[in-house]
Amino acid sequence: MADDLEREQSGAAEEVSVEQQLARTDEPAAAEQARADADEADAPPTEEQAAGESRPFDDVEEELLARLERELGDGIVESADAFGMLVVRVKPDAWRRAAEVSKQALECDYLSFISGIDWQPAPREGDEAGGDTSSPVQPTEMTFGVGGSAGRMQVFAHVQSTKHHWGVTFKTDVDESNPHAESWVATYPGADWHERECWEMYGVAFDGHPSLRHLYLPSEFEGHPLRKDYPLLARIVKPWPGLVDVEAMPGEDEPTAENGEGAGAADAERADAAQSADADKGDGS
Amino acid sequence: MSVDFAVDRQAWRHLADAQVNVELDTGDMILNLGPQHPATHGTLRLVVRLDGERVVSADPVIGYMHRGYEKLTEFRTYPQITTLINRIDWLSSFANEVPFMHGAELLMGIEAPPRAQYIRTILTELSRIATFVLFLGEMGLQVGALTPPFYGFRDREHVLNLIEAATGGRFHPNFNRIGGLKDDLPWGWINECRNTMKVVFDACNTLEELVAENEIFQGRCRSIGIIPPEVGAGYGVSGSNLRASGVDWDLRRDGKPYLVYPELDFKVWTHPDGDSYSRYWVRLQETREAARMVVQMLDRIPTGPIMAKVPRIIKVPEGEVWVETENPLGQMAYYVISKGATGPFRVKIRSASFSNVSILPWLLRGVYVPDVITILGSLYFILGDIDR
Repeated sequence: MADDLEREQSGAAEEVSVEQQLARTDEPAAAEQARADADEADAPPTEEQAAGESRPFDDVEEELLARLERELGDGIVESADAFGMLVVRVKPDAWRRAAEVSKQALECDYLSFISGIDWQPAPREGDEAGGDTSSPVQPTEMTFGVGGSAGRMQVFAHVQSTKHHWGVTFKTDVDESNPHAESWVATYPGADWHERECWEMYGVAFDGHPSLRHLYLPSEFEGHPLRKDYPLLARIVKPWPGLVDVEAMPGEDEPTAENGEGAGAADAERADAAQSADADKGDGS
Repeated sequence: MSVDFAVDRQAWRHLADAQVNVELDTGDMILNLGPQHPATHGTLRLVVRLDGERVVSADPVIGYMHRGYEKLTEFRTYPQITTLINRIDWLSSFANEVPFMHGAELLMGIEAPPRAQYIRTILTELSRIATFVLFLGEMGLQVGALTPPFYGFRDREHVLNLIEAATGGRFHPNFNRIGGLKDDLPWGWINECRNTMKVVFDACNTLEELVAENEIFQGRCRSIGIIPPEVGAGYGVSGSNLRASGVDWDLRRDGKPYLVYPELDFKVWTHPDGDSYSRYWVRLQETREAARMVVQMLDRIPTGPIMAKVPRIIKVPEGEVWVETENPLGQMAYYVISKGATGPFRVKIRSASFSNVSILPWLLRGVYVPDVITILGSLYFILGDIDR
């Protein structure tokens, strides 16, 4: 967070967009001028602009944050900005309170969505990729996005105001071993389906939800498909077509053509053998 | 009838707390609407518990078309994802692409050139027209009129031809690129588009006379399925459905500035009633407004390049971005989380129909069975947009 703020001291583009927003509500001519200015300013995209993900808060965000801090107090863990959107991370026990506050103090009457994030990198390296080399390679270390996170699982939601046209994204940390969060259904009735979806996709239980049952998936479905450790079954059942025609090079012991499973099994065997060898050594000495 | 209905509706609401799946009462009947019912636009199934002709409770069963796009996006690169998101709301595919591309562009710090922005806006509004003209006709079918849908399909075809001429695809254009568009407009397209807008105005007039001013249609739709603004907002109902409840909120005007909407002069239509008829009426006006906007843009469209300078291999810097747009069906938004790879780490797809339909259990309590069909029709959802 501190790094982000240091990195983003310039923020020229954001200032223009604030002016633009203010001007747009007043008179269209000024808005056009502001937009033209913004275009000129943005014309050569510099490295700094491209890299900057976190910018200083604008006036609306300052106001929203002030109201939230007044109501939630130390329930707020961290707050950040992502392209003009306020992201507030609250403590798990302040999650339901955050909904009430946003509905009353922020006048955010509109629930956009509730969903989850699994920050764990997908185990998609080498053999575990199921022969699929087509999917993008993500970083292998666990990093957290705007607002940070205490662990692997998070629940996030976005609420908006139909009157003031502002919006806030809330995040909260969820315990990985016993994932559960407070339900928002009492405040936003639309949370019902979103929480059911999050429950079946991430396995996050929502305390106080009237009936957590499957929404998309059949009721006998096992597992939580949007978790990063849940494999994309289509790629396992049928190997990625781009790899089917690959023939083993002369000298390679195991063919990797069919899919990753053969190679994976071989690796496992090798690992077992090494372990038993180690164990033997240990016994011998 | 409407006065009686309003009183009865309140009386019936508390009876409707019964769960659908509990033991079958002798008095009630459980009726399966769908998954193959024509009013469900695909595979929405409604388990309706009836007492006579009244709905005691309704439970939408979705997921028959769930394709797991949020998972699939994690296995694709950014340019590949356009193909997927085309198929979320398949009636207005082009409009689905725009917010995602805009989000990726924001993260990368590039901006599409003005001409590309204009063409994007024109094609977005054309998708809106295509979607709504079909709705304006199809709504007649919900009340038993067979002719209007044919008008709807016929007139939509003019707009689809335009989209096809520009992008190459009637339904799935796959035309947006990060930083601009695949191609420029073909020669003569602008004149053709101007002519087609006249057809659209004519179609609106025809359908207004044929459907909206029809006495039977009004009798079937007025004061049916009323969504109060605060309830609608709490359920996340958005777009024309919310504006028909009197909420003056349009992301084209009120959201973060995107495309060229800040430069355009347009009116946001609202209707105070919030019933099925007002949803029809608002979409009718929005179709005309969209055609007016297209004409405005055709007059102003600048010349110039259609692609910004974009690296050969698209790697999106680390960051998070929330991009929302006013799609024909409502608020379409993507929450893109990038970790600096060629593909996103997580994409939350916020589709409009999902929330629009989630109000059904509340909305259908106490209505008559034939009104279920008009309410379903007037909410106007696309199954791909619910199931993603």
